[in-house]
Amino acid sequence: MPPSDPHDDAQQVMAANKAAVSRALNLVEDRRPEAQTGVTKLLAELKDAPKAAGGHRVGLTGPPGVGKSTLTSALARSVRQRGRTVGVVAIDPSSIRSGGSLLGDRARMSFDPSDEGLFVRSLATAGVVGGLAYAANSAVRVLAAAYDMVVIETTGVGQSEIDIVHVADTVVLVIQPGSGDVLQFLKAGIMEIPDILVVNKADHDELAQRAVSDLRGALQTAHAVGAGSGQDVNWETPILATSATQGTGIDELIDTLDEHRQHLEATLAGRRRQGEVQWTLDLFSRKHGEHGVSTLGGLAQLKARAERDLDGGQTPLSLCERLSREYVTALGKTP
Amino acid sequence: MAEYGKRERDRPWIMRTYSGHSTAAASNELYRTNLAKGQTGLSVAFDLPTQTGYDADDPLARGEVGKVGVPVSHIGDMRALFDGLPLDQMNTSMTINATAVWLLSLYVAAAQDQGVDPSVLRGTTQNDIIKEYLSRGTHIFPPAASMRLTTDLITYTVSEVPKWNPINICSYHLQEAGATPTQELAYALVTAIGVLDAVKATGRVPESDFGKVVGRMSFFVNAGIRFVEELCKMRAFVELWDRVTRERYGVTDPKQRRFRYGVQVNSLGLTEQQPENNVIRIVLEMLAVTLSKDARARAIQLPAWNEALGLPRPWDQQWSLRAQQILADESDLLEYADLFKGSEVVEAQTQRLVDSAWAEVQEVLKRGGAVEAVESGYIKQRLVESNAARLRAIENGDRVVVGVNKYVEGAPSPLTENLDEAILTVDPEVDASQRAALARWKEERDNAAVEQALAELQRVAKTDENMMTASIAAAHAGVTTGEWANTLREVWGEYRAPTGVAGATVKTSGSGPAAETIARLRKRLDELEVRMGRRPKLLVGKPGLDGHSNGAEQIAIKARDVGFDVVYEGIRVSPEQIVASALEEGVHLIGLSILSGSHLALVPEVVRRLRDAGLGDVPVVAGGIIPEADAERLRRDGVAAVYTPKDFELDNIMSDLIDLVDRQHAAE
Repeated sequence: MPPSDPHDDAQQVMAANKAAVSRALNLVEDRRPEAQTGVTKLLAELKDAPKAAGGHRVGLTGPPGVGKSTLTSALARSVRQRGRTVGVVAIDPSSIRSGGSLLGDRARMSFDPSDEGLFVRSLATAGVVGGLAYAANSAVRVLAAAYDMVVIETTGVGQSEIDIVHVADTVVLVIQPGSGDVLQFLKAGIMEIPDILVVNKADHDELAQRAVSDLRGALQTAHAVGAGSGQDVNWETPILATSATQGTGIDELIDTLDEHRQHLEATLAGRRRQGEVQWTLDLFSRKHGEHGVSTLGGLAQLKARAERDLDGGQTPLSLCERLSREYVTALGKTP
Repeated sequence: MAEYGKRERDRPWIMRTYSGHSTAAASNELYRTNLAKGQTGLSVAFDLPTQTGYDADDPLARGEVGKVGVPVSHIGDMRALFDGLPLDQMNTSMTINATAVWLLSLYVAAAQDQGVDPSVLRGTTQNDIIKEYLSRGTHIFPPAASMRLTTDLITYTVSEVPKWNPINICSYHLQEAGATPTQELAYALVTAIGVLDAVKATGRVPESDFGKVVGRMSFFVNAGIRFVEELCKMRAFVELWDRVTRERYGVTDPKQRRFRYGVQVNSLGLTEQQPENNVIRIVLEMLAVTLSKDARARAIQLPAWNEALGLPRPWDQQWSLRAQQILADESDLLEYADLFKGSEVVEAQTQRLVDSAWAEVQEVLKRGGAVEAVESGYIKQRLVESNAARLRAIENGDRVVVGVNKYVEGAPSPLTENLDEAILTVDPEVDASQRAALARWKEERDNAAVEQALAELQRVAKTDENMMTASIAAAHAGVTTGEWANTLREVWGEYRAPTGVAGATVKTSGSGPAAETIARLRKRLDELEVRMGRRPKLLVGKPGLDGHSNGAEQIAIKARDVGFDVVYEGIRVSPEQIVASALEEGVHLIGLSILSGSHLALVPEVVRRLRDAGLGDVPVVAGGIIPEADAERLRRDGVAAVYTPKDFELDNIMSDLIDLVDRQHAAE
């Protein structure tokens, strides 16, 4: 392929040209060292995209089999009906043995192929044990520059939850009636309390009612033991019941998402910045380990440094590159 | 002791041939010929648009009209289909599921037009939606709405058409999807339990009449080549059904507890290589369901020897019918009591199957029953795993298939000398003529009456009244299949079922030549990933209305296991959707699977649209029942490779796919 101009590419991404968005996503997935400069440039170009600042990044997570793909599909359709555009990143685990993956989320989604305002990309976790996919952070930046809402759908209860907090403005935890494990995790404070809780597959009123009240109880216990994000005391986690197959509760979910986005208005920039700081630290420590972190002055100092430099116009990727260079230089000086 | 002359014989089973194609008039002619040849019942094959609720003029029906069956859009088509065939004397089996309520309504209305009272009609509607979600893929609506249609049909016929078999619980397609005998037994039984429980829950059938409902349940079973095991499976079915009806539903009348079943013997095991051998397979499989008098099929339809090549011709179907007639009329089988009663071997194997199947029945019930185990993907995943194990056994030779992985040398067969004439081809003009006829129909009918009938359908759909009455009225008013289904789609929505592939685990041996091949393929993909920067990504698409997803699923799983990132979209995706997915997902390669014979319409369209979207350099391969002449045309149109049932070695296909990605990358 001929070399492309990052500025033009970024313009086309911001215009939500599907071919350009797809190319940009291919680029951020590219792990070859020679691709990194391109990724860094592209993300720098997209950093101040008009869509990105006003948009909404929604993380949808929960155990396997609770109907997240179908819910994502129903959510995307309804958001489209409200005239907003949607980009979806669906993340599935890679096989540990083969490195391959089965990305099956599209199979549960029905959408109009001629709709220019909806874009779905599946990503595999590719060796990032328990976490988001390698390119997920960057992919969200690309889609956020092109679409009004970005939905990050990921399976799992564990590490990926913690990661998703750093990339999403609003974290939605999806469970189904009778999810005892999740209740226990919440109660024990093993799991972060999400911004919104959804009981999906609530086709049977009675079961759904019971699930909702079980959750309410679990949240109370969790608060009592002092679990939870602790960052946002002004937001009481709403509990919703949906049936993605029957399409019930979806409008309410969108309204609640909008409410949370509104609620975040004043703090959103700070929240996203915290996510970027965390992303920078993750990138750096994955690359250089504890030794890297301590060589550059320890975690607290690195964190403060990241906050300052990101404010100064760096992106997590460019900052990480700079930190890497400093580390290598420092290594050269060590006897 | 055999004396020449008359001996008392059992009445033979009903002999049918699953048939229908092109148009109602052409199929009517075929039915008349088949009946003249001594066939004793009819088995209607509907085309995929009719099965999935689309008219011929719907974009999704492109390339599918009249292909795998007959298009029936309205009462005019139904009348033409049975023109000159008095419905009070027919025994008609209809392979119809999501739209069963509608097709039965058309049948009832056509009978009324012939002056026949519906209460004397005899026949069967397949009406088993569970196995559609699991294997056959012609479902439309979400499970709850589908089960409501199922029970509407059952409660209607039990009181109004008492000799009708309102449902044929299908273990047939479960075996095609890979089920072991244990799984086939268990999942058919939990389906029956799910349906009966749902009928009970409607409250429409008085407790005292429930035995009648149980007595009308019938089954549609598969018989494979391991025919002793299959014979035992049928005996196990009889025993298990007796247990379920007695213990769960308290049915006291033994007649109502009888396991009544029809059979289509296995099409999955028919081979493209040395296809004449299939005749012997078909006969052996027929023995499994006829030898036991105590567990004998009530109706049998046999596939034709050349079904792995394409659509069978009338002569091919006649050959299979003759096999049935020779067994029933020429041999002495029907002169004896049960041959295996007291056989230690048969009884022990039967008991083993009874026990293992019963355990699996309990497992599914514990998970909330059939519907829940469909929605959670539990059953589908088990089937996908069994099928992968079956294919692996054939690939590594553990399971012998003559002419395929053993004794592959053979003299050229005179039967297939001219391959293009060894199968039936449907006139491509059928599509256009059916569309024109439909336009005429819509012009000539009373559209005000149609509007009114559709409004009534919509009203009833929102209540819990029986859909049959409104549907029969709609049939008389001239409503079309697409209009009926679309009205209900608006009320109930559509459903995409779990594919079962994502969670399926496939056991692979750690050493030996098979493991070495896999290791080699994985290494090549790892190296490609390093060179390309991204892991090679494959899109597996099933364009068209064909829901037979087993092939696509196995390719998807195998590709994942050698290391591809695989995007699998499930069944029934349009060429537009496939191209949109290819673009959004940034894939390196596309594999299309089509078994309905509509490959010439659909594959080139995907290729053309890819080119238009600027993705002309993404290689496309196609798989399915594709005759060589068609394969040639597809390759000329830009398809990189074509695979047919004879390409059973998945590792070789994987190696080809990696080559394609490698070559494409090198060219860039």
